[in-house]
Amino acid sequence: MASDSMTSDPMTNDAMKASAALRVSAPGMLTTLQDGGRPGQGHLGVPPSGALDAMSLALANALVGNAPETGALEITLLGPTLVVEGGNCAVAVAGDVEMLLNDCRVDAFCSLWLRDGDVLKVRRVLSGARAYLAVAGGFRATPFLGSVATLARAGIGGFEGRALLADDRLELAAPGSGQASVGRVGEQHLPQREKRPIRVVLGPQAAHFARAKQARFFSAEWAISTLADRMGYRLTGPALASAKGHNIVSDALLTGSVQVPGDGQPIIAMNDRGTTGGYPKIATVIRADLARLGQMKPGDRLRFEAVDVAHAEALWRGRQQEFQAYLERLSG
Amino acid sequence: MTSQETTGDRQAESRRYSLVPLADQGVLVDCGETIDVETNRWIDAAARAVNAAAIAGVTGVVPTYRSLTVEYDSTTTTQDTLTTRLDALLATLTVASRRYRRFHVPVVYGGEYGLDFDDFCRRHALSREEVIALHTAPDYRVFMIGFMPGFAYLGGLEAQLHTPRRDSPRTRTPAGSISVGGQQTAVSSVEAPSGWHLLGRTPVRTFDPQREPPILIEAGDSVRFEAIDEARFRALQADPDWQPAWEWMS
Repeated sequence: MASDSMTSDPMTNDAMKASAALRVSAPGMLTTLQDGGRPGQGHLGVPPSGALDAMSLALANALVGNAPETGALEITLLGPTLVVEGGNCAVAVAGDVEMLLNDCRVDAFCSLWLRDGDVLKVRRVLSGARAYLAVAGGFRATPFLGSVATLARAGIGGFEGRALLADDRLELAAPGSGQASVGRVGEQHLPQREKRPIRVVLGPQAAHFARAKQARFFSAEWAISTLADRMGYRLTGPALASAKGHNIVSDALLTGSVQVPGDGQPIIAMNDRGTTGGYPKIATVIRADLARLGQMKPGDRLRFEAVDVAHAEALWRGRQQEFQAYLERLSG
Repeated sequence: MTSQETTGDRQAESRRYSLVPLADQGVLVDCGETIDVETNRWIDAAARAVNAAAIAGVTGVVPTYRSLTVEYDSTTTTQDTLTTRLDALLATLTVASRRYRRFHVPVVYGGEYGLDFDDFCRRHALSREEVIALHTAPDYRVFMIGFMPGFAYLGGLEAQLHTPRRDSPRTRTPAGSISVGGQQTAVSSVEAPSGWHLLGRTPVRTFDPQREPPILIEAGDSVRFEAIDEARFRALQADPDWQPAWEWMS
């Protein structure tokens, strides 16, 4: 394929590119590479993974001129400290964070130009649970089924299929790019600011629950327990006994499926869920509320509200149109 | 409901199903609480028909024992449009007998490879040889791939080996575990928690992200277990190029 003369020059070029990276000085609580995920692979037992708050991911990417679903770092509660090595790069964080560049406070929702040796420290997430750090051109990672999203359970995507560790070197796919975006400022779009119940459509196994239990599901205030991760959130509240038992012949789970196991305490399936499950599902969260759900953390409280399908579709369509238009204005 | 499929290769099957909304994310084509080959064959055919129809806005199709989940993007289509389309498609669905692959899956039974094997034999008052003979006898149908990447749920376990799940699940079981839970047996793909009884292990990697295709066995395929000894297991596991034998069946 490539002639000898073609391989020599790009090698120097590759060597230069390979040297530009973000070195992980401290990994934070749980920092993973996530993108738009790998939807449509459920028949292989592969969950979608991807950013729990896809809107913030898209926003971080837009701030550095990337396509909305480009891989970025998903930061959980306590952020990483990153050192720029061997080049310059444009980065942006979307999320409510306290962040330092070389010990000086810098803002999220703003594209920053980092130089060789700069230290960017995302100290913590102030509200919500997650923030997204995008770098212009994206990170260098090997996609699996079309996505670089990390699924640690199966060791796929991301950096070696796992969350970041100290001394990891995150190579940049296009170091030095994105300079044109520097100084771009976005709206402080935070899904967690929307205070309202999480909206669901009843079913698919709502009939397993007596009317009184269904009513309880909607009247109760639920707390997200400490068992809350990228696979799912366990809730605590009144026990929802199923009239038909708590085992069904397994069927598929979606992100936002609300399962009720034998102890009557619901589990909301999230992006890294198993693709199938054997507990009855009382309800399914609508798309428009998934990003907000993705920003929740242990100790947060929530209620559920029932809507119908047509309403859910209208909400999502409206929100997507508005958001896409905003992203275009931001990039343009 | 048809209970036999001997009346010919192609037959439009009218089957009771319901279409249930999964919020604005999907539609569940649900055949109810059942584990049987006819239902599963119908679902397999439905999954293929939906894929072949390439319906605008459909983003994924997940067949299981008893249902087909059809995911869609509501910025491209509406659930109203989708359910109309699915009803039309399913009304004329033919369940053709199709070619499938039969995989030969070697298993080392018992010992450190199957921690529950001895208890399992005692529980059923069967000798080790009897359990192995019963477990390796059938061609198992892969009813679904689910839970974990490449995890194969198999139907057709001899009734004598049906066993309720363990009271307390193990938090970790190794990849390649061959286990029994209820009336099912399974080939596991990655290290995972499990409440099933571990009978043995296979060197077959049903999921290998470095391989093309990464997922070896799919719903509708079949699996035949073959007992091997520990030395053979180790040799096969140590060989990075080894892949299990399989042949087309119809």
